[in-house]
Amino acid sequence: MTPAGLEISGGETVLFWVVAPLMVLAALGLLFVRRAVHAAMCLVFVMVSMAILYIAQEAPFLGVVQVVVYTGAVMMLFLFVLMLVGVDASDSLTETIRGQRWVGLLIGLGLALVLGGVVGRAAFPPGVGLAGGDPGGVANPQALARVLFGDYVLAMEAVGVLLVTAAVGALVLTHRRRLTPKQNQRTVAEARVKALSQGVTLTPLPSPGVYATSNAMDTPALGPDGEQVPQSVSRVLRIRGQERPAPHTAVALVENQADRGTEEES
Amino acid sequence: MDHAILAAAAPGVAADFSQETIWASIVKAVLIVVFLLTSVLFAIWFERKVVARMQVRPGPNWHGPFGLLQSLADAMKLLLKEDMTVTRADKLVYLLAPMISVFCSLLVFAVIPFGPSLPFPWTDWTTPAQLTDFPVATLYILAAASLGVYGIVLGGWSSGSTYPLLGSVRSTAQVISYELAMGLSLVSVFIMAGSMSTSQIVSSQTQIWWFIPLAPAFVIYVISMIGETNRLPFDLPEAEGELVSGYMTEYSSMKFAWFFLAEYINMLNVSAVCVTLFLGGWRAPVPEGFLGGALNEGWLPIIWFLVKLWAVMFVFVWVRGTLLRLRYDQFMVFGWKVLIPVALAWVVVLAVVQWLQRVQGVTYQQFIPVIVGAAVVFVAVMWFWPEKKAPPAGEAEKETVDAFAGGFPVPPLPGEKLPPSKRFGKEVTGE
Repeated sequence: MTPAGLEISGGETVLFWVVAPLMVLAALGLLFVRRAVHAAMCLVFVMVSMAILYIAQEAPFLGVVQVVVYTGAVMMLFLFVLMLVGVDASDSLTETIRGQRWVGLLIGLGLALVLGGVVGRAAFPPGVGLAGGDPGGVANPQALARVLFGDYVLAMEAVGVLLVTAAVGALVLTHRRRLTPKQNQRTVAEARVKALSQGVTLTPLPSPGVYATSNAMDTPALGPDGEQVPQSVSRVLRIRGQERPAPHTAVALVENQADRGTEEES
Repeated sequence: MDHAILAAAAPGVAADFSQETIWASIVKAVLIVVFLLTSVLFAIWFERKVVARMQVRPGPNWHGPFGLLQSLADAMKLLLKEDMTVTRADKLVYLLAPMISVFCSLLVFAVIPFGPSLPFPWTDWTTPAQLTDFPVATLYILAAASLGVYGIVLGGWSSGSTYPLLGSVRSTAQVISYELAMGLSLVSVFIMAGSMSTSQIVSSQTQIWWFIPLAPAFVIYVISMIGETNRLPFDLPEAEGELVSGYMTEYSSMKFAWFFLAEYINMLNVSAVCVTLFLGGWRAPVPEGFLGGALNEGWLPIIWFLVKLWAVMFVFVWVRGTLLRLRYDQFMVFGWKVLIPVALAWVVVLAVVQWLQRVQGVTYQQFIPVIVGAAVVFVAVMWFWPEKKAPPAGEAEKETVDAFAGGFPVPPLPGEKLPPSKRFGKEVTGE
């Protein structure tokens, strides 16, 4: 690890040739896969592989921060939105703006030309490694901190203020004035008690009937009077007409008992 | 990754990896995986047994001594169960998700120091009792944790079913919000230790373990570590009562076992981080210089580390046996409106104190009047803070209600009164 002409170890070379082709494949996958979540996964793979290469090139701080910030937070928020489109949804390929595909292709080609030109004209001096660029031999994060909070502290502060302004702006844009009093557990409970007179029950609804011949959720329970209790079957099943009557033997039994009870009382 | 490079490029690291060979690293890596897998088997038994004792029942006691082989039997059962794949699932991601979970959870222990450098008898060869360390090791732990969430999120999404999707959406929000609080609480350790390398942080705790001077950060870390591992009372992504089993509802057999494994390894991970950063790592619980430091040398510190690790694991189980699950909105309000502001304020206070001490040269003695003054002001403000007035009663004209609304006799609600009774001429009101 001498400053002049750093020797690249065999391990690093192998690592590069394993990771780099996979990265290129994943980057191409990002362009060609159909589903948004798969594209996001390809991007995550590229990011993580890039972090591995950073770490191999003696920049552990950069590599780890890349994973924490971009993969862990930014990409996760992307995924958060993408997930809501569902598993079997594919991107629609209809053009919403006329000719956007050709314009996009042209711009992409131009960017590729510019980047290719820059890379082609760049000179690659022999690598010097961290020992050559790191003043005073301090560890990577300390040297970075000195640069960021010493030499460029004003720029750091300006960026910080900008980010806070953006965050406050987002809060202001999404803020709504509260028009109704805030609901809490007590007010919800009070509202439910108040709604009692409209036929709402405080207790859970009765569960469906359990009989010798069936204990499915489409069979209503029987009340003490031998009548079937409609609320004991899910509202969805009732609307769809998938409700089944309670077994008639059970109905007869309960009615018998109810009759006998009234006879004894009278 | 390229171990030799990491070790060589690490001037800010206390552990000495200069004698490390590739074979030593491989042996250590294998030992760590074996340690984690056996610890998970033990942890499942431990959790069931401790929760059982807290609920006054014996717990698993049939297979092996004290039921110790129970989790082995459960694991075998899981492996032999039918492996189902949901028809509507996204097959590739569905298979990949549990793998991501386990892989990321195995990464963390690479930088956890089990002890100082271990001497080998009859040789002069020593090796640090940790796989690797570098100046940003603690950030690397956070990175591994944040990658692990992809397993949960993708598992929930790819199942193509409603409950898993809800579980994974919850998990995303939960991890993003609680990782912020966790990161902020770790920052105070970085400020005090002056390093992010785990071995350096342990060696900075010779005088005092950080959980005493950094008590607020420690409390925030413990709360957010439970949130981060989806354990009760924060197990909203897999809340049984609400989401069946959350993101792993559609998983069975081996794939389910992997999620299960990842969850328990994550518990061990955050416990180990807690021990390393706040509880002195592998240091013996005795004052500095006790017995000439003999308790902090050689192979003995591994025992201290394991004892502390399982003490933190016990806290996990204890919390699970004690607390109920939070409601989701309360949970988010707690994370964003309590934990993060408190953690931020604490970091600012700590940074100011450190600046005064290191740059301005203020001594501890000069701090005491400031602290006492602040405490007095706080108590005085609390003392004279006006109490919240009860809402004025009887101001509004009480409304007369129909006592037989809907055909049932109903008692008056607060703020209502019944029509005057015809029999006694009395008036009945709600409170």
